[in-house]
Amino acid sequence: MFMQAKWDEPLIFELSRPGRVGYTLPKPIEDVEVEIPEKLRRKSKLDLPELSEPEIVKHYTRLSEMNYGVDSGIYPLGSCTMKYNPKINEEIASHPGVAYIHPYQDERTVQGALKIMWELEGWLREITGMDRFTLQPSAGAHGEFTGVSIIRAYHLDRGDTQRTEMIVPDSAHGTNPASSAMAGFRVVEIPSNENGTVDLEALENAVSERTAGLMLTNPNTLGIFEDEILEIAEIVHKAGGLLYYDGANLNALLGKARPGDMGFDVVHLNLHKTFSTPHGGGGPGSGPVGVKDFLKDYLPVPLVGYDEENDRYYLDYDVPKSIGKVKEFYGNFAVLVKALTYLKTLGREGLRNTSEVAVLNANYITRKLKGTRGYELPGKELRKHETVFSAEPMKKETGVKALDVAKRLLDFGMHAPTIYFPLIVHEALMIEPTESASKEELDAYVDALKRISEEAYSDPELVKGAPHSTAVRRVDDVLAVKRPVISWRMYRELKERGEIDI
Amino acid sequence: MGKHYLPNLPQMEEMLREIGFSSIDDLFSDVPEGMVKEFDLPEGKSEYEVFTEMNEILSRNKTVLDMPSFLGAGAYFHYVPAHVKYLIERSEFLTAYTPYQPEISQGMLQALFEYQSMMAELYGLPVVNSSMYDWGSAIAEAALMTVRLHKGKRKRFVVPKALSPERKAVIRTYTRGPGLEVVEVPWDEKGRLDLEALKNVVEDAAGVYVEMSNFFGLVEENVREIGEIAHDAGAYFVVGADPTMLGIFEAPGELGADIAVGEASFLGSPMNFGGPRAGVFAVRNDRKLVRQMPGRIIGMTKDADGRRAFVMTLQTREQHIRRAKATSNICSNEALVAVASAIHLASLGPKGLRELGEVILKNTTYLRKRLSEVAEVPFDGLYFKDVPVRFDVPYDVIHERLLERRVHGGYYIGGHFPELGETALFAATETTRREWVEGLVKALGEIIGEAGV
Repeated sequence: MFMQAKWDEPLIFELSRPGRVGYTLPKPIEDVEVEIPEKLRRKSKLDLPELSEPEIVKHYTRLSEMNYGVDSGIYPLGSCTMKYNPKINEEIASHPGVAYIHPYQDERTVQGALKIMWELEGWLREITGMDRFTLQPSAGAHGEFTGVSIIRAYHLDRGDTQRTEMIVPDSAHGTNPASSAMAGFRVVEIPSNENGTVDLEALENAVSERTAGLMLTNPNTLGIFEDEILEIAEIVHKAGGLLYYDGANLNALLGKARPGDMGFDVVHLNLHKTFSTPHGGGGPGSGPVGVKDFLKDYLPVPLVGYDEENDRYYLDYDVPKSIGKVKEFYGNFAVLVKALTYLKTLGREGLRNTSEVAVLNANYITRKLKGTRGYELPGKELRKHETVFSAEPMKKETGVKALDVAKRLLDFGMHAPTIYFPLIVHEALMIEPTESASKEELDAYVDALKRISEEAYSDPELVKGAPHSTAVRRVDDVLAVKRPVISWRMYRELKERGEIDI
Repeated sequence: MGKHYLPNLPQMEEMLREIGFSSIDDLFSDVPEGMVKEFDLPEGKSEYEVFTEMNEILSRNKTVLDMPSFLGAGAYFHYVPAHVKYLIERSEFLTAYTPYQPEISQGMLQALFEYQSMMAELYGLPVVNSSMYDWGSAIAEAALMTVRLHKGKRKRFVVPKALSPERKAVIRTYTRGPGLEVVEVPWDEKGRLDLEALKNVVEDAAGVYVEMSNFFGLVEENVREIGEIAHDAGAYFVVGADPTMLGIFEAPGELGADIAVGEASFLGSPMNFGGPRAGVFAVRNDRKLVRQMPGRIIGMTKDADGRRAFVMTLQTREQHIRRAKATSNICSNEALVAVASAIHLASLGPKGLRELGEVILKNTTYLRKRLSEVAEVPFDGLYFKDVPVRFDVPYDVIHERLLERRVHGGYYIGGHFPELGETALFAATETTRREWVEGLVKALGEIIGEAGV
């Protein structure tokens, strides 16, 4: 039986003891006298913890033991592609030639770094069918913002100033409308059809001379391939809009089909999903953006160039209509190194195998779980890399919600699926096993979900009271909003006033 | 290749049959015919071959360990203690995602709460999010936030002209869509923000931004006064600060900042060719401000047994709930970089952070003193990390000659600031060594001598 570590670990501030040090520092080159102006000298308290190195190592090791990662077990968080993160990637990214280079170094001294960026771009171009990439964005949403900013710049450049609307299906990731709004677009949401795919009629009605583009993920957030994608592309393009590909779900199509061949004009990828770089507890990620040739002049600066004649790589700031920069320097370089390492290992066949197994695993769960009491499969049955069930019947019949199912799964030492997303499915359980889960893990996951169904109908309180085996029990998120405690400083003040008892 | 990452590859046939399919192609029958094609990509390689190939490529980089480097201008060579890297590579941290299931993710949640807490101490503002992409995007998000706080009625954001061109470019990209007007305030004869010029543009501004040490490395003496000018005009005051200076320099919150931003990766992370980094974002504890904040926020609460627990909170600001009306589109951020900075900060403690700041300040002062023996430092004042140096010889000549001597000089800023002529920023940190500076000064003397000016 799974039992997560419960360390009752205090805050690092509470472990502090005056006078302890956990650092060494070199002495200054010369002990020159430097006067900090009185009005700028630090006079306010600096309440940082004082600990020795072994204490710090124990503290964070204990915290890590109260955290669940891909290496701990199955982590089928839908739309997040929590696949195995190969250790060789980390090893290569620890090379001094990654860590100890400055972004402003003379190009001649960073040829290796530029070559890595150039090579990675080459792989991404072929995998997506796009013509040029920027590697600058740090995450998927950052890539979306970059991509829709390019679309905006394109229309404005053509004098199409009235194209202010971005169309987004109601099944889309929340970042799609948020990114569009940030780039200055008005968001037009269109409903999905009964299969969870784009409703062509709704799309026809939504497009107009105000349409800047359509943001779409394919397969969509139900894991269903938009099989009318060519018709969708035609409708959008005919209206003068561009087609944006949210690459969150590309793991379904590696080495099989390419967004560029489906009519997409702009794509973003998530290297931390599809290309195996670790998610780091919420980042750093990387969200490269690829475009068709006619949009390359709008990409952020700098691009990476290669002068074949002299075998030299360079940073290219000569991008005439560039949207500018979305981040300082060139992107999350260490993440790029990991992704390229992965691609070189896999190669063409490895990529295809990866998607085939990922899709097989998702369909395996779909078929094995289908028909289980309390869960319903919305939309058509054939899935790509992920599947979505609804726990609506269970909720109606037993009061056990998707949230409770998720919490109960934790008790089995398994990570929960994404829940309550996509929004078009009530009580959604969005499961993306990825290619790295073994058949035994998939069987165990399905068994756990079946057992939870039995429990829901026989002993619902057991499920509603879950989890029981994790570091803490069900967390009170309402209290966290009602009485926000965001920092040690806020905690200390509440404590002094006797307004908090934890 | 890659079969070693695919446990089910040998069982595919068996699994397909078990769920009623006859071939893998059946699973892709919904992809239009003709769309599936053979990709033009290389074959995979063994791990050993990839290891040697990547090592060979990376060995073409010359690192700051191979040659003394004086580059700074927004990215600095700091030493990262070994245990910081060791701890953030714990796979339970490294391979987890955003803590959507708090009960099984308490470790990351607590580590991020502690990050927020330590940054709250440094910046003197109690509400900190669990990171932005970098300092530049944090300023840009702050600009958008000040406009939201004014309900869009004010759309001007004031920044110093003496600001990193990288950061200016990011601000411009972020503010273009929502139609903000970004106004630059020049520096005065001492290189600091020109207060009179600020007063001329501050009216109707949504926010005013200043950095405690500007792009030229000059410590901005009048932070508090700038804040007063901003507040008098009804603008929000946004202060940027390098966290490594905050052991010895006053916290932005104490100097009047409503919002403070900075770069967390200066602690705990290597340079990595400029990324990953992590933006600090802190605000006053004012509901109005907190509600308009971008990014993930971790809060302390209780579990069902009444024990202390941590959870992502105040999420109604965020994209997965508010969609087009969210305060920002950010979801994945730079969590692990933030945790690295927290571990480094916890190791330094108050004494270590003070000492680090003092060593950097002394080394910068030393570098400045030595460089002024051979060239001109355009502004008189206190410098932190960066020092501008103006030459009579074109800087590209100096740069070439230094590189021939296996020294990497500074960052040329004459292109961005033509009024400064042949000026480059040379930087020092705690990693700068006496022999580097001596070698640099000697080399510069020779180069300038050879050029005959």
